[in-house]
Amino acid sequence: MKEKKQGGLNAEIQSRIGHQLRAMYDDVVRQGVPDRFAELIRKLDVPEANPQLGNAGDKNNGGE
Amino acid sequence: MPLTDSLRDDILASVPSLRAFAISLSGNGDRADDLVQETLLRALANIDSFQPGSNLPAWLFTILRNLFRSDYRKRRREVEDADGSYAKTLKTQPAQSAHLEFEEFRAALEKLPQDQREALILVGASGFSYEDAAAICGCAVGTIKSRVNRARSKLSALLYVDGAEDFGPDETVRAVIGGSGG
Repeated sequence: MKEKKQGGLNAEIQSRIGHQLRAMYDDVVRQGVPDRFAELIRKLDVPEANPQLGNAGDKNNGGE
Repeated sequence: MPLTDSLRDDILASVPSLRAFAISLSGNGDRADDLVQETLLRALANIDSFQPGSNLPAWLFTILRNLFRSDYRKRRREVEDADGSYAKTLKTQPAQSAHLEFEEFRAALEKLPQDQREALILVGASGFSYEDAAAICGCAVGTIKSRVNRARSKLSALLYVDGAEDFGPDETVRAVIGGSGG
């Protein structure tokens, strides 16, 4: 692609792209934290009751 | 560092923007939430490797971005196919213009090369500095800057140059007349 400045790529279009990008993004951000994630993090708060991560207290690294 | 209450709260506070990043990258809500879940599990399992006082959102975004990229390689064919049918459904939707404009923007974003898309989202929407975005993507700051610029040029071409009807009436008229010179 040429690096030539397109006539259409002016400040107004740039700001419109920025606005749309943030609108799309913030639309999701405003949805907050879905229950499934709040629950997940809460459950992992207690290492003893944490079957998902296996033996988190044991540092005998099993690798990835 | 160990998983303290405050660290747990900080991770929780990052979830909304992680989801937004995941949806912007993948263009698919279900897949995005799977990606966020995997990111959280991975982060919590490796919490000992997080440096206290360093940038937690950047650390989480790095994990999500790497998961997405390894997943993407596996699914490339599937994604391309989905992209084609997705574009088709957009054309047949008699939606309100605001919603349509939104969907068109999302479809255009998905047409960007992955490197450019993630750079643009990190800098233009997530609000990371060029330096943080470079660290997240594992590349030089200058590379991020040029990816962001190319992403903007390409979006501009996709959305506004070959689609004059996307402008409001005023802009269309101005474009046709050739501008009054301001």
